[in-house]
Amino acid sequence: MKRNAGAALRRTALLGCLAIAGGALIAAASPTAGQHGAMAMDAQQQRLDQLVTNAASAPPGVDPVAWSKIYQPPGNEPTADRIALGRKLYFDTRLSKDGTVSCGTCHDASRGFTDHRNVSEGIGDHLGRRSAPTTMNAALFQSMFWDGRASTLEEQAKLPILNPVEMGHPDAASALAAISGDPAYRDLFQKAYGRAPSYDDLGRAIASFERTLIFLEAPFDRFAAGDAKAMSPAAQRGFALFNGKARCVSCHMINASNPLGTDNLFHNIGVSARKQNFEALAQQALAALQGGSGVDAVDKMALQTDMSELGRFIVTKNRGDIGAFKTEQLRNIGITAPYMHDGSLRTLWDVMDHYNKGGETNPYLDGGIEPLNLSEDEINDVVAFLFSFTDTRFARENETALHEQQAHAARQRPFRDNALAHRRVLPFETRVIGSTGLK
Amino acid sequence: MNDNNIPHIKSAETRYLEEREALFRGLQRLDRRGFFRVSGGATAAAIAAGVGFPFHSFLPINVAYADASGGSQGFTFAYISDSHLYARKTNERFVRQLLRAVDDVNSLDPQPDFVLYGGDLAQLGRKEELDLGAQILKALKAPVRMMVGEHDWYFDMGRHWNALFGPETYSFDHKGVHFVVLMSVQEKDFWTARGLSPAERMHTVAGLDNALQSAFEVGTPQREWLKKDLERVPASTPLIVFSHSPLYKLYRPWNFWTDDAEDVQAILQRFDRVTVLHGHTHQVLTNRIGNIQFHGMLSTAWPWPYAPQGLPALTVQMNRPNPFNPADGLGDGSATVHPDGLVDKLYNLWNRNPTQVKANYLSSGGKSDIPAAPKLASY
Repeated sequence: MKRNAGAALRRTALLGCLAIAGGALIAAASPTAGQHGAMAMDAQQQRLDQLVTNAASAPPGVDPVAWSKIYQPPGNEPTADRIALGRKLYFDTRLSKDGTVSCGTCHDASRGFTDHRNVSEGIGDHLGRRSAPTTMNAALFQSMFWDGRASTLEEQAKLPILNPVEMGHPDAASALAAISGDPAYRDLFQKAYGRAPSYDDLGRAIASFERTLIFLEAPFDRFAAGDAKAMSPAAQRGFALFNGKARCVSCHMINASNPLGTDNLFHNIGVSARKQNFEALAQQALAALQGGSGVDAVDKMALQTDMSELGRFIVTKNRGDIGAFKTEQLRNIGITAPYMHDGSLRTLWDVMDHYNKGGETNPYLDGGIEPLNLSEDEINDVVAFLFSFTDTRFARENETALHEQQAHAARQRPFRDNALAHRRVLPFETRVIGSTGLK
Repeated sequence: MNDNNIPHIKSAETRYLEEREALFRGLQRLDRRGFFRVSGGATAAAIAAGVGFPFHSFLPINVAYADASGGSQGFTFAYISDSHLYARKTNERFVRQLLRAVDDVNSLDPQPDFVLYGGDLAQLGRKEELDLGAQILKALKAPVRMMVGEHDWYFDMGRHWNALFGPETYSFDHKGVHFVVLMSVQEKDFWTARGLSPAERMHTVAGLDNALQSAFEVGTPQREWLKKDLERVPASTPLIVFSHSPLYKLYRPWNFWTDDAEDVQAILQRFDRVTVLHGHTHQVLTNRIGNIQFHGMLSTAWPWPYAPQGLPALTVQMNRPNPFNPADGLGDGSATVHPDGLVDKLYNLWNRNPTQVKANYLSSGGKSDIPAAPKLASY
């Protein structure tokens, strides 16, 4: 028995070595492969050249007046120099302590500006607790991170660099020192902000670059502009369901002045209720935050502890925010799997199954979440509609993702619960009444 | 109906509650400095003993409340109210919301001594509605005290409600407090002369703004019963009254009103400490008239807006509910009865911070312990 186990262990170890060797071979063979599964940074930049023009002017899909009046913070108006500096910083792995992680590692231009992981991997292969949201269109959000703990991109950009499990610099000085040897930076900072490099200007520059990552040219937009053939009949049926029976529009409102399809609010839809005892966790968080509840403390809590699952609560300490996370954008959703704050839903079919059964029952569940009674055909239609939010620049990736998700969903639908979805059993019913149910 | 404690057999819960109360009584005897010296340790001990915090308040249990002569031992009861159930296939949202409230109350640790159901379990007084509600309430772990509302009553004039839950008017004693449950939604006969069917009568009463029906009242026979019931109760005994409609006159067009409220208040006047908990108004509502403190209860079905006039000055209003969140402005709650018999009322608003309205806020005429005004933006 023991000997067999030992043999099995050795075999596993051997396979592991082979796998690592294989990975190294691939990495060596492909000039575009970078660390932590990301595309190499120079390859990403080449990719980016094909996607955006780095223009400081308003991108298509955003009203020019709104762009200049609402989306540009005073003191950080976009200029070509600021964008160029931000772009260099975004792809610079020196901003991580061990030189392996840049913004582009988890917000990878070749992977929908995210990393396609459940949770992101930082220096030393540390795993965080949250799934990396795409940086595409992030500029149009009213708050940043899944829990809104930063209100601007400028503030947001400065946090991962100093988080121990992400990029791991111990402080701002250390991050600045890592790039100060590069004369190009001194020059760029001077041109961009007219002063010596500072950590705040570093955040400002990255934010300016991220404001160029606007991807709002999707089949949906052409359909909304009057091209009836821009979306398939299935997607058009899905649009009607989106606005009606499937109730999506209650939180994902989308229109010309709000092109992301988010209400910018925070809702408990029960994703973290699957694995957490909210009450004990909330008490733990309140106690922990008594020692200081600044954004740095919240940042560490969100990425390194189970209390991450409390979502917005650790920012506001408002009981109604327990387990609540920001309403994500719908833009480019087809190519930014997996879904939800913990990446726990692999396909958009899983997402629809989750909503169809009325989320996950918990005392803090948002009141708007209720069983939807959608049929399989209706679910397929809504998913088809969701894939029409992908910018046409990613049409090929979108097609690949659709087929991959379709194939996966045909094999497994772990969140499907027809009894709840079709209201044969009501949320809370099994907890309160037991399995006998209501008469 | 009387207190159903059996003196010689004590459950683990009872023993635990007694120990906890002894601890807190001990704390009250300490002087101020003494209290500060031991309170940390006592709280830690209480936590170690499993006292913890009430599930839906996040507020540590109030250990330092001044004792008075009343002789109550101090306890908590929870409430659920105004669920307005239709048959499940007609509207299951209200069913879900009542299930959620039951889940809430069942999660309270420690469990409340009992749960008050505040009336309007059914929407149209039908048998299937009341049966459904009774089945759901059976799942509550703590004992339930039932109160009737007009939506339960006017289809069959209370016949099925009485069959399920017993008499609509009763009193009981619990840990030194005298409780009275009234049927405050009597209406004068508007149906016989008009030849209305039971369903038409029920629909008329169920309409909020309806000139056909009369105002609610407790009525003479019940007031006589009340006088008699209270005869044997000394004025120093804390009194808690449950009524479905508020036992005062707020806004007549919506029947936020009890027509003989002054007569009932007169009967309650000789008592030192009286608290009235009422349903019907589906909102945070606070009032004090002389010695009587009034608290509304939240609904699990829908929130009402505040009436255009007559709002008591002591009421700190809750926010206008978010129309995109059907559970907003709803909830359940609890009442902490202090050893002196006065009540701190907790509104456990779903998806918001709970609001506590303390007895001291009302006793001081709104000068101290002012409840926090909600900070949410209006919609």
